[in-house]
Amino acid sequence: MSHFIEFRNVSFRYREDQPWVLVNVSFTVQADEWLAIIGHNGSGKSTIAKLMNGLLLPQQGEIFVDGIAVNEESIWDIRKRVGMVFQNPDNQFVGTTVRDDVAFGMENHGLPRQLMLKRVQSSLAAVGMSDYQAHEPHRLSGGQKQRIAIASVLAVAPQLIILDEATAMLDPKGRLEIMETIRQVQETQDLSLITITHDLKEVIKADRVLVMNQGRTWLEGTPREVFAAKDALRDIGLDTPFVTKLAAELTAAGLTIQREPLNHQELLEELWTLHSKM
Amino acid sequence: MDITFKDVSYIYQPNTPFEHRALSNLSFHIRSGSFVAVIGHTGSGKSTLLQHLNGLLRPTAGEVDIGSYKISAEGKTKDIKSLREKAGVVFQYPEHQLFEETVEKDIGFGPLNFHVEQEEIKRRTQEAIEAVNLPEELLQRSPFDLSGGQMRRVAIAGVLAMEPEVLVLDEPTAGLDPRGQREIMDMFSALHKEKKLTTVLVTHSMEDALRYADHIIILKDGRKHMEGPPLEVLVRKEELEQVQLDVPEVIQFLSGVEEKLGYSISYHNQDIAQLAKELVAMVKGGR
Ligand SMILES: Nc1ncnc2c1ncn2[C@@H]1O[C@H](COP(=O)(O)OP(=O)(O)O)[C@@H](O)[C@H]1O
Ligand SMILES: Nc1ncnc2c1ncn2[C@@H]1O[C@H](COP(=O)(O)OP(=O)(O)O)[C@@H](O)[C@H]1O
Ligand SMILES: [Mg+2]
Ligand SMILES: [Mg+2]
Repeated sequence: MSHFIEFRNVSFRYREDQPWVLVNVSFTVQADEWLAIIGHNGSGKSTIAKLMNGLLLPQQGEIFVDGIAVNEESIWDIRKRVGMVFQNPDNQFVGTTVRDDVAFGMENHGLPRQLMLKRVQSSLAAVGMSDYQAHEPHRLSGGQKQRIAIASVLAVAPQLIILDEATAMLDPKGRLEIMETIRQVQETQDLSLITITHDLKEVIKADRVLVMNQGRTWLEGTPREVFAAKDALRDIGLDTPFVTKLAAELTAAGLTIQREPLNHQELLEELWTLHSKM
Repeated sequence: MDITFKDVSYIYQPNTPFEHRALSNLSFHIRSGSFVAVIGHTGSGKSTLLQHLNGLLRPTAGEVDIGSYKISAEGKTKDIKSLREKAGVVFQYPEHQLFEETVEKDIGFGPLNFHVEQEEIKRRTQEAIEAVNLPEELLQRSPFDLSGGQMRRVAIAGVLAMEPEVLVLDEPTAGLDPRGQREIMDMFSALHKEKKLTTVLVTHSMEDALRYADHIIILKDGRKHMEGPPLEVLVRKEELEQVQLDVPEVIQFLSGVEEKLGYSISYHNQDIAQLAKELVAMVKGGR
């Protein structure tokens, strides 16, 4: 079984005199899989992301990316494989134009110029920003900046993309478009995807969900399995989808729901079945 | 304070290759005491609109009236400082603008700048940290030692310490976890009522707009696309789709119920528990 990412008993703290931020964290991500990581602010999600491309190194345990152990020597091999987009776009810009900015990441990886130019075009097209090549990144609105940051990562063609709350500033349709763009890339090439997000509409589409709580893995499973834990999720500061909440209230009000619904269609069908039995 | 936009246009970097018209002939009226949600796609001009509310930007054409202040291209700037005292803006990711050595100094910075007396600043700081639910022990800490959610609260407390009459919020919950989002929005809602504020909220959440606002303005490419009370505006599916917005989930679900089961349940701000009761009554044929 080929794990693309493997965390083996990883513990991490930022400084020796500070508490552990991650405690004995183990999980895997398969090639081509989409894993969503959810958890309260400060639960360690961004730390996990930074450990995955060697921005941080763990004090205990081991991390493997594509079979390679992440350490000081392997960092550049790892970064070719793992692309990351963060929460706040403002800190991510280096170029004076959008075009330069997208090219910059590729320069670091020594790609030929012709290929670079082509990739700049195709990745800007993928995020719907082709018309903004000559613009100055810092003058764009928040959502536009974030699209550029995503284009820069797509241009390097990594095997894993981590979106760390990267769509938080986009409007709902903008989020959907970005996710569809990335899903399309996933169809044409092997691409693992890790999204760290509070957007439940995004989480229910993932293959698997990892729930973090206070630096520990708290629950892992399909979205349906995870959202079945409703009240417990709420206790650790998380939310559940509208249909999950409604299904719980319907149960409390005396209906028997057969299967935990994940979307409107599934809950409507439950209601329809119950209704036709009455 | 009443807020009126009269035919407002705003152009960034005029007469350069980057000239961009961000607002076009925008007119609307916000009654004093309302809670308004401004919604629109990325780049539709929401942040530009907000920056007119405390005189950070002046219209290129047209006029903005806020209470007795009038802001236009030609107008004088002398009033703008006192307008800034009355209209408090919580910008996007406001924690990036913290800079003082201690939380207390950061919260007191605005009032100090407006020559509020030390005793009064102390009182306001106390009230502000209570409102945003920050423990008093944090006052002497550096704001940079705090968690993201706490830093956001410090930044918000700084705006509240100005005791504004108009509260302007640019996506104030972006990046917070679900509990943090709920706490912050409930706090703004409580303050709005208690202090009789006029609140203008930019949000992408149709759910928050439905839940907290009494008036909705939807922008499209710097123009007004829709305006009115939430229950009138947020149900107009086709018009919302033109600007890539969805009807709030609860309303979507109820139209699904109507299509699939043939029952119409109207939405009148009932909570999920109440909605469940109405659905159960329907399924059991009791209505
Ligand atoms: N650079 C840092 N130095 C010290 N502590 C940090 C640093 N970055 C994060 N932390 C702490 O580590 C914990 C986990 O943070 P993070 O991984 O950013 O959580 P999340 O992304 O889930 O919000 C938090 O308690 C946070 O305060
Ligand atoms: N300083 C600026 N210079 C030039 N154009 C700008 C500037 N700030 C914003 N814009 C443009 O104005 C439009 C509206 O921006 P903004 O008000 O930030 O939108 P929103 O907040 O709705 O996302 C966008 O197309 C943006 O690119
Ligand atoms: Mg994080
Ligand atoms: Mg904005």
